[in-house]
Amino acid sequence: MTAISAMISVRNVGKSFGTFRAVEDLSLDIAPGEFFTLLGASGCGKTTLLRMIAGFEGTSAGEIYIDGQPMSAVPPYLRPVNMVFQNYAIFPHLNVRDNIAYGLRRLGLPRAKQDAMVDEMLDLVAMPGYGNRRANQLSGGQRQRVALARALILKPKVLLLDEPLGALDKRLREQMQLELRRLQRSVGITFVFVTHDQEEALTLSDRIAVMAGGKILQLDSPARLYEAPRSRKVASFIGNMNFFDARVVARDRGRVQLDVEGLGTCDLAEASTTAPVGAGVCIAIRPEKLVAHVSEDAAPVAALQGRIEATTYLGERSHLHVRVAGRSAPLAVSSQNTALQQDAAAGDGRPVWLSWDNESLIVLDQD
Amino acid sequence: MSDGSYIQRPNRPLQVYAALFLIVLYVPILFLPLFSFNASIYVRFPLEGFTTEWYRQLFQRDALWAAFRNSLSVALTVSLITTALGVLAARAVTRYRLPGQSAIVTFIMLPLVVPGIILGVALLVLISRLGVPLSLYTVTLGHLIVCLPFSVATLLPRFEGFDRSMEEASADLGEPPWSTFWRVTFPIVFPGVVASFLLTFTVSFDEFIMAFFLSGTDPTLPMYIWSQLRFPREFPSVLALSSMILLVSFLMVFLALWIGRLGAVDTRSEGRVE
Repeated sequence: MTAISAMISVRNVGKSFGTFRAVEDLSLDIAPGEFFTLLGASGCGKTTLLRMIAGFEGTSAGEIYIDGQPMSAVPPYLRPVNMVFQNYAIFPHLNVRDNIAYGLRRLGLPRAKQDAMVDEMLDLVAMPGYGNRRANQLSGGQRQRVALARALILKPKVLLLDEPLGALDKRLREQMQLELRRLQRSVGITFVFVTHDQEEALTLSDRIAVMAGGKILQLDSPARLYEAPRSRKVASFIGNMNFFDARVVARDRGRVQLDVEGLGTCDLAEASTTAPVGAGVCIAIRPEKLVAHVSEDAAPVAALQGRIEATTYLGERSHLHVRVAGRSAPLAVSSQNTALQQDAAAGDGRPVWLSWDNESLIVLDQD
Repeated sequence: MSDGSYIQRPNRPLQVYAALFLIVLYVPILFLPLFSFNASIYVRFPLEGFTTEWYRQLFQRDALWAAFRNSLSVALTVSLITTALGVLAARAVTRYRLPGQSAIVTFIMLPLVVPGIILGVALLVLISRLGVPLSLYTVTLGHLIVCLPFSVATLLPRFEGFDRSMEEASADLGEPPWSTFWRVTFPIVFPGVVASFLLTFTVSFDEFIMAFFLSGTDPTLPMYIWSQLRFPREFPSVLALSSMILLVSFLMVFLALWIGRLGAVDTRSEGRVE
């Protein structure tokens, strides 16, 4: 089933290196104009998949279609995609202008037209006046922009980006994230972005495919991935998560009762799990969905009492480790620092009351 | 003495040792140019006066110039072929996972440590068994074997430092393999190619042992020099000639090293990320 409208369609693609299977029977569709991210830890097959789309690696099985055309017989230099490499691969023997104009030579355009296109690209990546610099005279962020300009000047149908922000420091990375997103909207090209940084993926993407072991664990929008992960692996890979063992106790009038280790009995909407009565499930809740109260009076009646074991001060919020009865691992609680924090560690050892909204509980399969 | 970091602290005995080492190495060689300007046919102190007579005489000898041209054509041929082969070998070794890769490199490098006289005798036996007459071609063949390790040793580090994603980027931007080689690979390794060319040229031009075993009636320049040593009257001219060869060889080796380093600096800073 190939979606006609898909810009990239990956059909049952596999890739083996010797006995190691980097990608296994993987299928996905990427819509035109989409900012699509492949997210996963190193070795999950995301870069291999990207390199197969670019044509640098052959496919051991399956087929990749770009704009409806099968690609297995098409060499990289004839594919309608361009790539921004992890190390940018700026040609060291050429200056910025010649780097950007590199791919234009094939097109046989008149010199004046080429110059105009290069100037336009230098403006687009906010580097006018840098045309005569050499690669070794550029900073990391500037190299990244040159690599982008060099790829975008050919007006590819798809731009592939292999962890392009990994080598930049935090501030520059955040700035480049914004610029990438702006650029992608203005040129309207499909972006396929590879990263291991979940925050970056959430910030940039229209859709994210979370990968592990050469397979897609979940393909969803950033908000859905964060709020409704479908498996424990995805839940723990994206952001922090508290997990609890639980058991389905009863199903009654559209509600389902769960006995949750450490939290007691929780009452959830029927639709939150399909597990039968008596079955074990896994309950997850994000640290910021647990609300910490410093006194029992301020807390709701049903609040769970615990003790602060350690505090990590993060500026706008603090990360608390809270020990509760009936649970071996401490709970991670993210607490907004709305009041003045004189000494973040002063609360250690003090009692704390936790409350939460049952709707924030996510029910996962127990694996 | 106390300023400067631990690693940079000067060490007087080592400095003296280094100076002595260089003196012992180069003073004997410096006697050649010294006596080549001496107005006596005998190599002995005291010097008897300054003359350029021996250099003037050099330009009147046809046999010498014939030998010079022989050496020049052999050295040019050898340096071109070995550098081309070196480029192919270095690229293959660094690019592909070849079975027995380190063994291949070792075998290429082996002529560096095999005594020249053994290689020379072996080749002479082989060539005379095959019935091939000795000529400048057989000398060229011998020099190819001697010079190839120098070429590969110069080019391997260049290709090892070569970032493969450069070629992928070129392919990605629409260039097929052949034009990728000329637009990206070759310009990046070019300093190494020049260095290899200069180095192999110098080695071949100065080579004696192979030429001794494998040359026919046309002598190379080192062979000619050797043949002149029998005549005491010719000795000052030999000194003059040797001095000139020495100077040109030094210049070429320095040039080769300088060009090689020039490119190396470029690629190192190229990987820098701020």
